Amino acid sequence: MLKGMFSRPENMKMYWKQFMQQCVDIGVGSFGIVFIISLFMGGVTTLQTAYQLVNPIIPKSTIAQVVRDTIILEFAPTLTSIVLAGVVGSKIASELGNMRVTEQIDALEIMGINTKGYLILPKILAALLMIPILVMISGFLGVWGGKEAGVLSGIISPDEFLQGLRQDFRAYNVFFALAKSYTFGFIIASVSAYYGYNVKGGALEIGKASTTSVVVSCVLVLFMDYALTAILL
Amino acid sequence: MIELQDIKKGFGDKEILKGVSAVMESGKVNLIIGASGSGKTVMMKCMVGLIEVDAGKILYDGKDFTNMDTHERKVIRQEIGMLFQGSALFDSMTVEQNVMFPLEMFGTGSYRDKKKRVAECLERVNLKDAAKKFPAEISGGMKKRVGIARAIVLNPKYLFCDEPNSGLDPQTSLLIDQLIKELTVEYNITTVINTHDMNTVMESGDHIVYMYQGQKQWEGSNKEIVFSNDQLLNDFIFASEFLREAKEMRQHELFSSGKWKEDLKNKAGNPAGGDRQKPE
Ligand SMILES: Nc1ncnc2c1ncn2[C@@H]1O[C@H](COP(=O)(O)OP(=O)(O)OP(=O)(O)O)[C@@H](O)[C@H]1O
Ligand SMILES: [Mg+2]
Repeated sequence: MLKGMFSRPENMKMYWKQFMQQCVDIGVGSFGIVFIISLFMGGVTTLQTAYQLVNPIIPKSTIAQVVRDTIILEFAPTLTSIVLAGVVGSKIASELGNMRVTEQIDALEIMGINTKGYLILPKILAALLMIPILVMISGFLGVWGGKEAGVLSGIISPDEFLQGLRQDFRAYNVFFALAKSYTFGFIIASVSAYYGYNVKGGALEIGKASTTSVVVSCVLVLFMDYALTAILL
Repeated sequence: MIELQDIKKGFGDKEILKGVSAVMESGKVNLIIGASGSGKTVMMKCMVGLIEVDAGKILYDGKDFTNMDTHERKVIRQEIGMLFQGSALFDSMTVEQNVMFPLEMFGTGSYRDKKKRVAECLERVNLKDAAKKFPAEISGGMKKRVGIARAIVLNPKYLFCDEPNSGLDPQTSLLIDQLIKELTVEYNITTVINTHDMNTVMESGDHIVYMYQGQKQWEGSNKEIVFSNDQLLNDFIFASEFLREAKEMRQHELFSSGKWKEDLKNKAGNPAGGDRQKPE
C-alpha cells in the first residue's frame, strides 16, 4: 500500500486542501475527548501517587515529580493514542470504507487520480502532524489536572506542586514522548486507512473494518510502546 | 473508438464474460443492453480498467489499454468521463463542488471560468436549483444527473454511463438521452451506455450490443432492431404486448416508406453489425 502512495500529485493545491481538511478533522475533531481524558488522567495520577507515597520522609513535591514523569513518559502519549485510535482510526476507516463501497474511490480512479496518494497520504501526514500536537497538549492538561486534583483534595499546595515539577526535569523525556507519538500517529492513520481502503462488500463490512482497524492499531500501539520503552529508556 | 477483443472475465469459478468482442465507435452512442445480471456493469468496468480482464484486449484508439502501466492509464483516464450505476457522488461535497472537482483537479483557467462551466453543466442536466445541496439531500434521479454533469464537465473523449436513466421519469430520461446524444455528436465522443430502457434504445441506439449470459447475442442499430428475428432479443426488448404491437407498426411504417431497403444496404456494407438471421 505504501508504495502506491508516492507519485507526483495531479494537482498540488488539491492535495494541500485535502491535507488541511484532514488536519482540522483530526485536530479539532478529537480535541474535546483529549481534553477530558487528560484532565482526569492527571487528577487520578496525583491521587494515586499520593495514596502510595505515605512515607513522611519523602517530601510532598515528589508527588508532582512522579505525576509529571508518568504523564510525559506514558500516559499522555500512550493513553491519548489509544483513545485516538478509537476516535481518529474508526473515522478514517469508515470514511474510506464508505467511499470504497459507494464507488467513490472508483470514481476518483476513473478521473485519473492516484487514489492512494490523494486519500491516504494526506491522512497519514495530517496524523503525523496533529497527533504529536495533541499528545503535547494532553501532557500539559494532564499535569494541570494533576495539580488541580492535588490542590482541591488538600494533598499538596500549589507551590509544592510547582516546585516538584521543576525537580530533576529531563528534556529527554519529552523527546521520548514525541518519538512515541510520531510512531503511534503513523500506526493509527496507516492501519485504519489500510482497512478502510480495502473494504470489500457492503455497509456491514465498513463496520467490521472500522472495528478491526481500532483493535489492530491499539495492539500495535501497545506493542510499539513496549518496544520503544525498551530501546529508548 | 474502443475495441474489445475476446474479453473474458470470471469471478471465482463463475464466468461472467465469455469472450466478448465489439467495437465502440466514436461520434456514436453505443448501447450495451441485456437482462439484469447479464454482465453489463462488469463489461463497462473492464473497459475502464476498474476490473482487470482475465483474457482479451481493450484498445483505445488503437492503443492497448490492457497492458498499460498505471501512469499510461492515468493519461487515458483523464479523457474518460464515467457515470456509475450508483452515481458515486462524493458525499462530503455539495452538488456544485462535485461537478467542480474534476475541473479543480485537472482544469486550467480562472476560478470564474470554472464556476461558469459548472453552472453550464448543471443547467444542461436541469439542476441549477440544487447546486448548494448535498448528495444526501437530493433524489436518486437527481444524483444520476449530477453524476452526468460531473462526467461531462471536462469534455471527455470517452463517456461511459451505467444506466443513466434508471430512476428517472420518462421526460427527464428523454432529456438526458438527447443531451448525451448531442454531446456525442458535437464533440465526437465515444459514448458507451448500459441500459435496459427501451426509450433510450429506440431514441439513441446508433450501435447496440445485446448481451445474453456473458456473450454478445446480437449487434446492430435501432433501425435494425425492429427487423430482428432473434428470439432472445425480441423476448428481451419487446417484452410486453404493447411493445410487440408497437414493433409491428414500426416495421410496417418502415416497410411502406421504403426506408428498410436503405438500411439493409447499409448493413450489407457493414459486416460487423447486423442480425444473424436476415429479416424476411
Ligand atoms: N465483484 C464481483 N464479484 C463477484 N461477482 C460479481 C462481481 N461483480 C459482479 N458480479 C457478478 O457478475 C454478474 C453480472 O453483474 P453485473 O453487475 O455486470 O450485471 P448487470 O448486467 O450490470 O445487471 P444490472 O442491469 O442489474 O445492473 C452478476 O451475476 C454478479 O453476481
Ligand atoms: Mg449494472
